[in-house]
Amino acid sequence: MSGALDARLALTLGSFRLDAELRAPGTGVTAVVGPSGSGKSTLLRCLAGLEPRALGRIRFGDETWLDAARGVCVPAHRRGAAVVFQDAAPFAHLSVRGNLEYGLRRCPVARRQLALDDVTGWLRIAPLLDRRPGGLSGGERQRVAIARALLAGPRLLLLDEPLASLDSPARAEILELLRALFARTPMPVLYVTHARSEAVHLADHVVVMEAGRVRASGPLREIMLRADAPFGEPGELGCVVEAEVIAFDERDGITELRFSGGRLYVPGRLRLGERRRIEILARDISLSLDAPHRTSILNVLPARVEAVYDAESLQPVVRVDLGGTELLARVSRRSLRLLELREGARVFVQVKAVAVIP
Amino acid sequence: MNGDVAALLLTLRLAAISTGLLLLFATPLAWWVARTQSRWKAPIEAAVALPLVLPPTVLGFYLLLALGPQGPVGSLWGALGGGPLVFSFSGLVVGSVIYSLPFVVQPIQAGFEQLGRAPLEAAATLGAGPVDRFFSVALPQTLRHFLAGAVLGFAHTLGEFGVVLMIGGNIPSRTRVVSIAIYDHVETLDYGAAHQLAGILLAISFAVLLLVFATNRRWRGTPVT
Repeated sequence: MSGALDARLALTLGSFRLDAELRAPGTGVTAVVGPSGSGKSTLLRCLAGLEPRALGRIRFGDETWLDAARGVCVPAHRRGAAVVFQDAAPFAHLSVRGNLEYGLRRCPVARRQLALDDVTGWLRIAPLLDRRPGGLSGGERQRVAIARALLAGPRLLLLDEPLASLDSPARAEILELLRALFARTPMPVLYVTHARSEAVHLADHVVVMEAGRVRASGPLREIMLRADAPFGEPGELGCVVEAEVIAFDERDGITELRFSGGRLYVPGRLRLGERRRIEILARDISLSLDAPHRTSILNVLPARVEAVYDAESLQPVVRVDLGGTELLARVSRRSLRLLELREGARVFVQVKAVAVIP
Repeated sequence: MNGDVAALLLTLRLAAISTGLLLLFATPLAWWVARTQSRWKAPIEAAVALPLVLPPTVLGFYLLLALGPQGPVGSLWGALGGGPLVFSFSGLVVGSVIYSLPFVVQPIQAGFEQLGRAPLEAAATLGAGPVDRFFSVALPQTLRHFLAGAVLGFAHTLGEFGVVLMIGGNIPSRTRVVSIAIYDHVETLDYGAAHQLAGILLAISFAVLLLVFATNRRWRGTPVT
């Protein structure tokens, strides 16, 4: 029932112009990232059918939602694309239960797969069912809105900065809930955010937007390696690797993980056999031509230089290949010159810090 | 005294029917004005608000011309098989609806503007069609404004004088409303009868407004913004 998105959209709102070509796979989470004002939310509103003046075309699976040239425009309530907005206000005249039932009652029978009890359990809102939305905290309101959207049986779930107006403890909690939720639900998810960390946590695919256009799009790992289309703050450039926990050293409290480029050692205990996302920032990697001996750095891996970006800037970025896994390293222009780092050079990667994504 | 009872009943009937029709017309009008970006918005808003500032006699004069047998509305109504509109109860209803329109449109329009687009958009993406959205989201969230509009329209029609005099005249049991009956009593120096009717009107008006303000306070517990 779910489908891939294929859209070509144009919309002018005042001085802003959206002119975006978007492709998103029919499963998993696609994060739409970019600075504020880059048109992420407008793109999402067009997909949901909330911008009646949008031009272009939208195909979802084998359906046409919009084909402006032929005068086709499926209204929002027939698209089956539920939206969770940034300041998702539950309906004030209904209780929390009433809000959830609002979605459930309008869910076509054929798509009724989730039970109210399951969803309230996953999102930890069962105790709130008889409350009025007016007395809920920001995080609670957001969880109610997410549950309401899920219960409407959407074929596409659209989230527009759902965590942006929350404080950081609430954000961390919901982020974790969302990750578990997206793993359970079959429909594709489009997740708009300006926070790189949310995309790194949740996304399988990434669409990078800038000034109303799609600058890059593809699998998360690939996009993170694109130093020419960075998303998030410049200091946040980095990569993620998928790794499996294979051992734990009791004496030093160190966990050993295996990934396609070798082994990683991280302080702390993780569950054996678990697969985790590990984020390694470009500024936390240093390169050396010789294997460092007697170093305090735990993770030293042999690699080969693949490419150098921004060689003329003060802090160029070097892409290295660890035998199947690529990483980005930020070095100084002087190091680049003294070490003669060029494509094909053999180096040792020293990873100063890694972040295990919860 | 019998005539006074008839006038009272006539007034209540006029106010009730006018309020019903007003809600019917004012709701789509308020909806349109609240969300349109058309350049016709300002002229339409101004036209709806005219009865607020025009002397009722001016309004009544134009209505008299329009509703008369030779007037555009009156002749059309006649062609459709309707009886004469001027000096009839139907004419009073038409006059009252126009006269009280801003009192009903404006609170409802304010309600729709306060409601904003967000809840309606959320409802749409949950699968609610336009009519469903109106009855399941817009109406329940603006009920307070609807009540205010209905009460203001009702109370305003109760107190109508000038327009009625112009297009309805003073026909007992047909177009003789309370305000005109009071005027008649005062003219004939029958202050006792005038007192009675005026007191009843005062009491009804106060009771209706009290009802609104009392329920309004209770509802304020649940935010409607």
